[in-house]
Amino acid sequence: MAGVPLLDVRDLTVEFQTRRGTVTAVRNVDISVAKGETVAIVGESGSGKSVTSYAVMRILDRAGRIAEGSVTFGGIDIRHADEDDMRNLRGREISMIFQNPRAALNPIRKVGRQIEDVLLEHVKATPSEVTDKAVEILDQVKIARPRERYHAYPFELSGGMCQRVVIALALACRPQLLIADEPTTGLDVTTQKTVMDLIVELTRERGMSTILITHDLGLAATYCDRVMVMEKGNVVESATARAVFTEPSHPYTRKLMRATPRPGVSLRDLLPEDASGAASAVTKLPVAAGERKPLLTVEKLVKEYPRKGLEGIGGTVKKLLRRGPVPEPDTFRAVDGISFEIDRGESVGLVGESGCGKSTTSTMIMRLIDKTEGTILFDGEDIGEIPAKAFARLPLRKRIQMVFQDPTDSLNPRFTAARAIADPILRLGDIKGGAAVRARCEELARQVGLPLDLLDRFPHQLSGGQKARVGIARAIALKPDLVILDEPTAALDVSVQAVVLNLLQDLKETLGMSYLFVSHDLNVVRLLCDRVIVMCAGKIVEEGPTERVMSAPEAQYTRDLLAAIPQPKFGRSESESPRRAATS
Amino acid sequence: MSDTATAGAPAISAAPKPPSNSLFAHARHVVSENPVTGLAFVLFGIIVLCAVFGPYVVPHDPLASKTTAALQPPSLEHWFGTDQLGRDIFSRVVVATRLDLFIAVTSVALVFVAGGFAGIAAGYFGGWTDRLVSRLADTIMAFPLFVLAMGIVAALGNTVTNIVIATAIINFPLYVRVARAEANVRREAGFVLAARLSGNGDFRILLGHILPNIMPIMMVQVSLTMGYAILNAAGLSFIGLGVKPPTPEWGIMVAEGAANIISGEWWIAFFPGAALMIAVFCFNLLGDGLRDIVDPQRRT
Repeated sequence: MAGVPLLDVRDLTVEFQTRRGTVTAVRNVDISVAKGETVAIVGESGSGKSVTSYAVMRILDRAGRIAEGSVTFGGIDIRHADEDDMRNLRGREISMIFQNPRAALNPIRKVGRQIEDVLLEHVKATPSEVTDKAVEILDQVKIARPRERYHAYPFELSGGMCQRVVIALALACRPQLLIADEPTTGLDVTTQKTVMDLIVELTRERGMSTILITHDLGLAATYCDRVMVMEKGNVVESATARAVFTEPSHPYTRKLMRATPRPGVSLRDLLPEDASGAASAVTKLPVAAGERKPLLTVEKLVKEYPRKGLEGIGGTVKKLLRRGPVPEPDTFRAVDGISFEIDRGESVGLVGESGCGKSTTSTMIMRLIDKTEGTILFDGEDIGEIPAKAFARLPLRKRIQMVFQDPTDSLNPRFTAARAIADPILRLGDIKGGAAVRARCEELARQVGLPLDLLDRFPHQLSGGQKARVGIARAIALKPDLVILDEPTAALDVSVQAVVLNLLQDLKETLGMSYLFVSHDLNVVRLLCDRVIVMCAGKIVEEGPTERVMSAPEAQYTRDLLAAIPQPKFGRSESESPRRAATS
Repeated sequence: MSDTATAGAPAISAAPKPPSNSLFAHARHVVSENPVTGLAFVLFGIIVLCAVFGPYVVPHDPLASKTTAALQPPSLEHWFGTDQLGRDIFSRVVVATRLDLFIAVTSVALVFVAGGFAGIAAGYFGGWTDRLVSRLADTIMAFPLFVLAMGIVAALGNTVTNIVIATAIINFPLYVRVARAEANVRREAGFVLAARLSGNGDFRILLGHILPNIMPIMMVQVSLTMGYAILNAAGLSFIGLGVKPPTPEWGIMVAEGAANIISGEWWIAFFPGAALMIAVFCFNLLGDGLRDIVDPQRRT
């Protein structure tokens, strides 16, 4: 693999013109990708990893420009190539897979046609044979029954299927370089595994080079030959995957490695070396022994949704016109008779992939939607019987609160941090008077580690981690007994995630709350939870102490979930990584 | 806890800036980038000044007729000339600003409250509320709007109140649609769920949480329909269904002068027409400028 690399980026500097002056997004970056090589660019949000790839494709937006350096692809100077040559190059020689597969596909065209478009555009097929070619390509990305799926629209396919179609589009013209920008973010862990396996297999058998852009060091190390770590526009480390994973040399890489949840580490281990000692000095509440009455008991909980059809005016008219008895409406069971308990001061993880009913379950317990059947006993009271609309005003509302998945989406853009935290206090709290409410907000801000001078800022003036803290402060403002955490760290970088998880643990220990932690990530759940419940298709498939479920899973589904987590093997044992094992 | 959360944040946005004057600074930037917006703000200022102080500063009584000085072309004494009854057109144009602006502002305020509230309720509650409000808006849209306004004024009677009501009614669908669409996308937003968890009732969520978020886009709508409202009021008066003579009003003045254009006395219709055009033009430009100012995408 010696000789001239396929892609050679030297001294690349990308600048963006903004109103506050020029911002350098990427500074003096060197990348070289040999033919057939797989290189990962790893970094947290804002590190410039995507901008680097856009510069290689020359698809920077208007404000951005390559200020310095050269980009050479197969002997062509990309920085100075004219736009016609670039258009030819994109798609045919270099292609790209984007993060959100649904957004990358045209929603009103059949997927087969979209593949044909690419083939015809780059004259890789004649009109007479193009349909067969498209079907063949769909078959190559392992889409079952490709001839039927040719006629499918993107909305008819699942997220993983859509990503396969996007891969098919990207590989249709047999390019030499594939740039995959967070190709599996937002996909379930088992889907991530199949998609990544597919990308690696296809690029390998075609001798293609791949650049994988990701925030997940584990994913990068599992699937790539070389890993480049970027921080704030600079490449801080560039080495083979094994070297980066086993002996990271740069402090930033070490910090990133430390913050990544993985088996065999505790919550405190995720924090950087200097901070982990200080965090453990937390006064624990004495756990009241003796009376063991569960805080929350869920029994045979069912939620049904009507499939479609008999709704709205059309449905009403149909019902009126129909003679004889109305047939039972066709329903879909999102949650199918689940039962579990949560004790006081306990953290329970609710794990499953998208569509398994875990969010429906948590919203029902939250009393934001009504159940179909079953009981929800909260501290002995059947809150399932109270309609969701009436629940908002009850004193019980104070005792069940929630931390939302997306800290940006869950804060009102027009409210300051202080106003957001004060909202539940004003509506349901006992504290009256502006000064007293403000004092309580400041106390909460101190508890969640939010600097007081940030209280008067609006959400768009706060970072992701700070917004997460505001969301947590709001949830604990009324001293609830049960807090539901709905993937509270899914939208955060790993280093911020580590801090937020530790904060949640500290708060639980000082305030004595119970947590229901809803997540798709077993590695994260393991850090925070005593017990874990695994859900699949609306049912509980496994339930037990976290360590037992993680080390000796009983259900096949749990085993699949665990196996799908990208785990580079060379860290702990000397066995080969799955990719090498598969191809050798 | 040590404050490590900020460490992972993008470095660019870390620079603290005083949040209080940022909107003003942004507005100044938009104006400097697009001087036409600045012009629109200046024109708007002049229109408001005319409306407030016009009657006190005009050189002549807008109603006093002086038959000896009828149909005089623009001169130093009568800047815009005089009409058939010898009334000073400049004074009439300036004084008419108050009435035209009053009709526009009250009708837009009326439709802003009614249409805006119906729209966000429709978008937030969905279901029957949505069907009722949307069908009502569709029904109004089914008529040629000016003809509908004519019909309403003809049926209710020729008064300023009825012009205001008619103008508000024909603008109703525009407000409903904007407010409904904006409220609908925010209905499922995390902050609305969070507000419900905090014990907010539906009414409070609508007014306290959703409304402030759609206010900017509604303000743009206000500016754009303001020009339309002025035009509509003038149009009604022009065909004789609005304000009654001798009240100074741009529409009537154009109507009165229309017959004289052929005989060469162009100034009677021209100056009120120009005032009308400038006012509408100003509100439309203002709408575009406001959109630039409130659009967060432009804030980079």
